[in-house]
Amino acid sequence: MKTVADLKIGERGVIVGFSDELLSLKLLEMGCLPGTQVTMTHIAPFGDPIAVKVSGYVLSMRKDEASTIIIA
Amino acid sequence: MKNSPKIALIGNPNAGKSSLFNSLTGLRQKTGNFPGVTMDKLIGKWNLDKGVQAEILDLPGIYSIYPKSVDEQVVINILANPQHPDYPDIAIVVADASNLKRNLLLFSQVRDLGIPTVLALNMIDVAENSGIVINSVKLARELNVEIAEVNAKKGIGLNGLRLAVNKTLETRFNSNDSLPVEYSKELVEEIRENYGETDDYHALLWLSEHDNLKQFSTEQRVGFDKLQEKYGWNSKKFQAQETVSRYAVLNEIVDACLHQVPVEDQPITTWTDRLDKVFLHRFWGYFIFLGILFLMFQAVFTWAAYPQDLIDNGVANLTEYLKNTLPESQLVNLLTDGLIAGIGGVVVFVPQIVFLFLFISLLEETGYMSRVMFIMDKLMRRFGLNGKSVVPLISGVACAVPAIMSTRSIGSWKDRLITIMVTPLMSCSARLPIYTVLIALVVPEKSTLFGIFSLQGVALFGLYLLGFFMAIFTAWLLKIILNTKERSYFIMELPSYKGPRFKHILMTLLNATKAFVFEAGKIIVAISIVLWVLASYGPGDAMQQAEAKIKATYPQLSEAELQNKIASEKLEQSYAGYFGKTIEPIIKPLGYDWKIGIALITSFAAREVFVGTMSTIYSLGGEVDDENTTIVNRMRAEINPDTGKPMYDTALGFSLLIFYAFAMQCMSTLATTYRETKSWRYPTIQFVYMSGLAYVAAFIVYQILK
Repeated sequence: MKTVADLKIGERGVIVGFSDELLSLKLLEMGCLPGTQVTMTHIAPFGDPIAVKVSGYVLSMRKDEASTIIIA
Repeated sequence: MKNSPKIALIGNPNAGKSSLFNSLTGLRQKTGNFPGVTMDKLIGKWNLDKGVQAEILDLPGIYSIYPKSVDEQVVINILANPQHPDYPDIAIVVADASNLKRNLLLFSQVRDLGIPTVLALNMIDVAENSGIVINSVKLARELNVEIAEVNAKKGIGLNGLRLAVNKTLETRFNSNDSLPVEYSKELVEEIRENYGETDDYHALLWLSEHDNLKQFSTEQRVGFDKLQEKYGWNSKKFQAQETVSRYAVLNEIVDACLHQVPVEDQPITTWTDRLDKVFLHRFWGYFIFLGILFLMFQAVFTWAAYPQDLIDNGVANLTEYLKNTLPESQLVNLLTDGLIAGIGGVVVFVPQIVFLFLFISLLEETGYMSRVMFIMDKLMRRFGLNGKSVVPLISGVACAVPAIMSTRSIGSWKDRLITIMVTPLMSCSARLPIYTVLIALVVPEKSTLFGIFSLQGVALFGLYLLGFFMAIFTAWLLKIILNTKERSYFIMELPSYKGPRFKHILMTLLNATKAFVFEAGKIIVAISIVLWVLASYGPGDAMQQAEAKIKATYPQLSEAELQNKIASEKLEQSYAGYFGKTIEPIIKPLGYDWKIGIALITSFAAREVFVGTMSTIYSLGGEVDDENTTIVNRMRAEINPDTGKPMYDTALGFSLLIFYAFAMQCMSTLATTYRETKSWRYPTIQFVYMSGLAYVAAFIVYQILK
């Protein structure tokens, strides 16, 4: 199962679902909807957190949070 | 139409809410408090129509009506409760046009709460630059709302907004009872029966958020729990479903009204991308952050010194002038030694506060602060903190009170609690004058390190580092002790870089300074006066007899020396002297005498009183000759009666420095911790821990250096 955490800088994916129900609400509100494209834009110096471009803006999250977003 | 309708400004963080607020109200704004919480409430006036002046309330930024942190909760407490004194007659939802879908989610929720709503479409220029063209006429029709296109920063489109608001206020507003999500009508009916007539969406909001809503009693909350059980209600599931279906509706509308023009030179690299390459770099990112911190300290300690000297001299001249012109009396002494000395001690901080808040608000305004959080998160997490703890810790260098309040954006309770607990260990600006005076006493002025850095400056920097490392260490201890399973999260927007809005920064500085001068000033002035009284009067007639006693004991002394002896004998016999003597046995192992004891007692409530107390103690009575005017010189001249050597030697100086670096001597901070944690437990722990730490550390330092 591929997640946002697996992306390298510049790589894209399309959100298909979430593996954490509690986090999913926050992610949805922030514009991470199933069917939306995400692009990895930044990885912080120590490999965590990361930032992705989604719905036209840059959203940062920790790696374990990114790993709850399932992509295809 | 009401004569002063209440307007609430609602919107996502970074959508331009505060800019719009400033453009609409200008200087006609004031800060207040939301009932029950200490968050600053900004209210302003806006001329809506002839004879109609609206009251505008600027609310903290939110992404949805389901709060994830304490500052978001404030907004929901108002919107969920139509009986709330701040419940708006009309809401202006400010939306960032370059990120329309996400911004409209909040709009659709607010409107479904039955609040008459106007949509202010902001940042259209930003959207157009990235090739997004919005047909706002069509959008208004599809959403069935009045839309005003505005440029909040430049203040363009305000008349259109005025028209839209007036039009919406005149039309009767029907709340929407066809929500875009499925729910049980029976459940809503039962909520209405038990909790009063309301629309469906309010009822469902109450049901899912009741535990955090202030308007409900414990009994009512239990009732909601029972309802949830009866209907098998899952709040999170409902909110997620609702969000998805809202987006589904909005998707269609936005797609129909928004036109994406292909922009030349795809993919475009924006300024933000370019800057982030540097600011988020594994080396340059930290390098620049340290550089900015260094610049900030320079400003606070070097640049602020000039206006501070002016203030200091001004106060000294005023005191001298008054002493020379007014007839000598106790009342004049109270005015000069008590009141003016006290006020001067407050005002002298203002340049530093202004510089600090200037830097912090610049960093926040431009969007740089979220980059700092981004590169610091991993490091901070090891110590039980969070990338977002960086802002409170940096602000703690100015003042722990606003710093602790700024922890509200930290979503996780554990991270937030740890940040609150350790922030007061950061050396705040109130400690600075104490550091300055004591360092001047014990570190030689002309010495340098490697020939470039003044040793005094290095000592000062060392004290700040000491505070920082103690804060980090304490956080790590707390992380181990608390050991909760609660998950912290770090989902946040990295906004594009923006130029600072000077008007906004000016308002921030104005409000911060006002709050400091009046809030801290009240305490300091009161303590100065009480101290003056305690030091000028004593039990029995010991004070009156002091003069005769000294003259009899030391007949051979010169007039000036005699006066000094008399003054110190009088102080010893005063009430303040008695208090100082009482605690002398406790502080003796730290190297302190009863005079320092007086200063410790008075600075218990606010540490900045220390220098003032020292000035009061050493200037009471005694002739003021030219060389001994500054407090540093007076303290330097003080002789330890036991050893016959100077009182303020290296050991005592560093012992005092360490004590003041760690000790919790700030009532305002304790009160803020209490308000923010809603429990006496945490301020108590904070007080005991910090005072204990200060005592032990000062003891060790004194015994080693003695």
